[in-house]
Amino acid sequence: MNTQSNAIPDSTLESQGIAPAVLSATRPMYWSVRRELWEYRSIYIAPLAGAALFLFGFLISTIHLPDKMRAALALNPVEQRKFIEQPYTFAALLIMATAFIVGVFYCLDALHGERRDRSILFWKSLPVSDLTTVLSKASIPLVVLPLVTFAITVVTQWIMLLLSTAVLLGSGVSVATLWTQLPLFQMSLMLLYHLVAIHALWYAPIYGWLLLVSGWARRAAFLWAALPLLTIGVVEKIAFNTSHFAAMLEYRMSGGAEGVAFPPGSMSMDPLTHLTPGQFLISPGLWIGLAVAAAFLAAAVRLRRHQGPI
Amino acid sequence: MACIEARGLRKAFGTTIALDGVNLRVEEGRILGLIGPNGAGKTTALNAILGLTPYQGELNVLGRDPWAERDQLMRDVCFIADVAVLPRWARVSQALDYVAGVHPRFDRAKAEGFLAKTTVRLASKVRELSKGMVTQLHLALVMAIDAKLLVLDEPTLGLDILYRKQFYDSLLNDYFDRSRTIVVTTHQVEEIQHVLTDLMFINRGRIVFDCRMEELESRYLEVMVHPEQVAAARALRPMHERQVFGRSILLFDRVDRQQLAPLGDVRTPSIADLFVAVIGNQSGQAQGAAR
Repeated sequence: MNTQSNAIPDSTLESQGIAPAVLSATRPMYWSVRRELWEYRSIYIAPLAGAALFLFGFLISTIHLPDKMRAALALNPVEQRKFIEQPYTFAALLIMATAFIVGVFYCLDALHGERRDRSILFWKSLPVSDLTTVLSKASIPLVVLPLVTFAITVVTQWIMLLLSTAVLLGSGVSVATLWTQLPLFQMSLMLLYHLVAIHALWYAPIYGWLLLVSGWARRAAFLWAALPLLTIGVVEKIAFNTSHFAAMLEYRMSGGAEGVAFPPGSMSMDPLTHLTPGQFLISPGLWIGLAVAAAFLAAAVRLRRHQGPI
Repeated sequence: MACIEARGLRKAFGTTIALDGVNLRVEEGRILGLIGPNGAGKTTALNAILGLTPYQGELNVLGRDPWAERDQLMRDVCFIADVAVLPRWARVSQALDYVAGVHPRFDRAKAEGFLAKTTVRLASKVRELSKGMVTQLHLALVMAIDAKLLVLDEPTLGLDILYRKQFYDSLLNDYFDRSRTIVVTTHQVEEIQHVLTDLMFINRGRIVFDCRMEELESRYLEVMVHPEQVAAARALRPMHERQVFGRSILLFDRVDRQQLAPLGDVRTPSIADLFVAVIGNQSGQAQGAAR
């Protein structure tokens, strides 16, 4: 009797023990990322708002679209294409810039906010490791924001194309030039490459640094993120009259030279020929940056383990 | 098996010593009250047990080292901290979703069942709830987790008396089942007197008193001494003496009830009286030593 009643809970415990092992890897990560999206709704609202604002402006500009299109028909194909592409590129730039700013402010608050409002004590009362938490937070600028940017930009560009088509059809101007000269599919591919290469991989150490400061600073995370960099630059200038540090920062912020060599305006023609992923992938700048990002994130994990509410 | 076992647990913040060699052992299925004055090291001790702070010395919770394995440990341990820590931006339903998502032992239906008995609605945001309702929500989340150890650090701080009573009632009636262990700290000792099975006092980073409740009742007696018997009573070496309405109340440790009965009215002391006696004596000694 006794042995039986003991055996039953034991076996259920064992079967429970297997299930959590499977759960442990992906589920906490998935729910932690969802949690970030619940808390920081600006991750998708801000790019959406940027896109909506741009579409509103674009809608107003379509008043002059038939006239402009008639004028563009007289241009040579290269200029025609440049002219037609321009607003679509602007839309992508605006949404990317919005997403970048959102990413910066998200990172500065990600590990700071939970300590400020003491909710870190609740998060730490659940079986989610500090590594999972920090990685879920890092995945927002490195994975989620690029994907959100890509999806919103593509949809925005298609809405622009359909709007233009409707306006042109209404005014009796041929839409053939618009549709043949606008390489929307190529632009999307290029955008995706740019987002992955620059916004995710190349900028990774920037986001890593911001997350680290966010986990370390007790207040004014923004100042702690910016001032030390400025100070190092100034001290270097005074002490050695050089500006290697500032040059390095600028190199990082500007997106580097390798693999994404498209000066503004040259995106047109055949954009895919400008992409040199091979060169990008073997550039030391990329790998050094990723190593630095990994080090920053490792430090952020360690910090989170030690820190409680502010 | 011991649920919590600590030997020589030490923790210092700079020059302040928060834990000064704590030894404690909590068996499975007990409800331990950890009582101490402010700054005695209660929260630090709990944080060490929960893997929130590094420490020196030996500590074993449910067979694990809390600092090294916090995330694993939290499958079997729940805690409610002394401040409202639920994220204020979250909706009640989101809090349920998240815990259900990450906790393998969470029973969502059970949590919703608890919440149905309260005025907390699933669509509300945590920031819209009153302090009492946030505590109810947190308790609902915690009670729906099939944990082995529940740690409560001042869980009822700032709640009105109705919420406080309800809190301990649900804990005892709907949660505690003799296989779980509960550790609770509070300043409102009189409210948990009948809930506890074990009692510990902590002062200046040390456990200064450790006793089972049944032992407490047989061991300690308080006598309101008749004025003419005071000298006789003092001869029995009380551990503490205080004056109430001009009458002396003496607290005895391990003195026979038969022996005390003729001296005055004998009763079991409250935890609060015992606390004052133990901690008060200590500070008295410390002051004496300082002089």
